[in-house]
Amino acid sequence: MKETAWTRKDLLGIAEISREEIDLILDTAESFREVAERPIKKVPTLRGKTVINLFFEASTRTRSSFEIAEKRLSADSLNFSSSTSSLVKGESLIDTALTLQAMAPDLIVIRHGHPGVPHLLARRLSAGVINAGDGAHEHPTQALLDAFTIREHKGKIEGLRVAIVGDIEHSRVVRSNVHLLSKLGAEVVVGGPRTMMPVGIEAMDLEVFHSLEEAVEGADVVMILRVQLERQGRPLFPSVREYFTLFGLTSARLAGAKDDAIIMHPGPMNRGVEIASEVADGPYSVILDQVANGVAVRMAVLYLLSGVRESE
Amino acid sequence: MGENQTVRRFLDARQVQRVIRRMAVEIVEHNQGVDALVLVGIRTRGVCLAEALREEIEAAEGVEIPLGVLDITLYRDDLSTIAPQPVVKSTKLPGPVDDQLIVLCDDVLYTGRTVRAALDALVDYGRPRAVQLAVLVDRGHRELPIQADIVGRQLETEREDRVDVAFPETDDGRSEALHWVSTEEV
Repeated sequence: MKETAWTRKDLLGIAEISREEIDLILDTAESFREVAERPIKKVPTLRGKTVINLFFEASTRTRSSFEIAEKRLSADSLNFSSSTSSLVKGESLIDTALTLQAMAPDLIVIRHGHPGVPHLLARRLSAGVINAGDGAHEHPTQALLDAFTIREHKGKIEGLRVAIVGDIEHSRVVRSNVHLLSKLGAEVVVGGPRTMMPVGIEAMDLEVFHSLEEAVEGADVVMILRVQLERQGRPLFPSVREYFTLFGLTSARLAGAKDDAIIMHPGPMNRGVEIASEVADGPYSVILDQVANGVAVRMAVLYLLSGVRESE
Repeated sequence: MGENQTVRRFLDARQVQRVIRRMAVEIVEHNQGVDALVLVGIRTRGVCLAEALREEIEAAEGVEIPLGVLDITLYRDDLSTIAPQPVVKSTKLPGPVDDQLIVLCDDVLYTGRTVRAALDALVDYGRPRAVQLAVLVDRGHRELPIQADIVGRQLETEREDRVDVAFPETDDGRSEALHWVSTEEV
C-alpha cells in the first residue's frame, strides 16, 4: 500500500483535499505534539526557512499559534499586519505580495477579510500559501485542529454526531468543519437563530435546527461558535441577555446530548453570551486542548508544505 | 532491485539470534552492569533490535530495562533535497535522559548520518551521562566520524551494494540479514 505523500504547494481549504491527505496531516500532528512536552521545544526541521505571517484581520490566537509552530520548527518567522503594512499607504494586494516574494519566503500564512484572497496569492506566488481564514469561506487549520481534538477524545470521527451551534452565517469555521467532518464520515447538524443561519444552508446536506436543545440532541460533540455582538454597526439581536436566555449553551440545554459529549469552541469565548461558564470550565470542555493541538497541527501543515518543491 | 544484483543471506534467523545474544552480553560487560541503562531504538528496525536486546539483558540480569523509541526524521540533514517530506512518526522516551546511559540501537550503520541525527535529537531531551551505539551490521563507508561501540557483524561492501536486515515484526515474520551485491555488466 503506497503511503500518502503531501504534494500540494498550498493549503487553501478543506473542500479540495482528500480524506487520505487529512489523515496524513492528523497523523503527522500526532508526532509533533510531543515536541511541546520536551525541555527543549524545538526541532531543526525548518531551519533556514522563512515564513511570513500576513494577517489583514486582527487575530492574536491564530497568529500566535502559527508563530509558535514556526519557531518550534526553527523557521524564521515574520509578522505583517494590515495596520502597519504598506496597504495603509495604498499599495495593492498583488504589489504587496510581489514585494514579499522578492524577499524569497518559503511559506506565507494569510488571513484576509475577503474570500479568495489566499487563492489569488497562491496562483501568483511561488511560495506555499496557507489559508488562515478568508472571509467567511474557509479556515482549514482550525477544522484540522478540531478534528484532531475530536479524534483525541473520541478515538475516531466516523459515525459521530457533531452539532455546530451559534452564528453559522458569519463563521468561516463552519464550512471547513462541515467539509472535513463529512469527508471523515461524521454526521453534522447545525443550530442557531434564524437571523444567523445563511440562506440556502439546506443545500449543504445538513439538518438545520433553530433551537439549541434540538440541535444538540444525541450529539457526541457540541461545537459552539462565537457570537459577534454587532456586525458593521448593526446589532444582530436585541440584547446579550436575550441571546443567552434563548441560545446560550448551559448545562440544562445540554441535557439531550450524549452523557460523554465533548464541548468545543474555536475561541475567543464570550462567557455568558454563547456559552455559560459552567460549561466552558466543566469536565467535558476540551477548549484548551484545542489550543494546544492547534500548535501541533500547524507544525504538521508547515512541515508537509515545506517539502513541496516547484517542478523544474 | 536492479537486475545486476545478486543477493546473499549472510545471517539467517539462528545466526541473528546468536549475534544479538552476544551483543547483549557485551553491552552488560562493557558497562559493568545495567545501572541507569536505557535502550533507545532508532525507528524503525533499530527498535526491533533494541527490543531483542532488552529481552536478552532482562533474562540474564533479572532487571527491567527501560526502552525508548526515537524518530529522527525531523533531524535529517537531507530534508531540503528530498521531496515530498518523509512521514514522521513519534518519539517516545521512557523518562528524562539526564545522567542516563543511553545505548542507541540501529540495524545497519553505513554513512553515520542517521546516528548524527539521533545524537542531535537526544541532546534536545537533556544531557545523558553517556551515549553508546549498538548496531547489528556495520557496512563501512562512513561520511562522518561516527563509530559503533557494540557491533553484531562487520561486513565489507561496495557503495552501490545494499544491506537489509529483516525482523519478524516489520518484515512478515522473517529474521535474516541480506547483502545485495552489484555485479558488473559483462
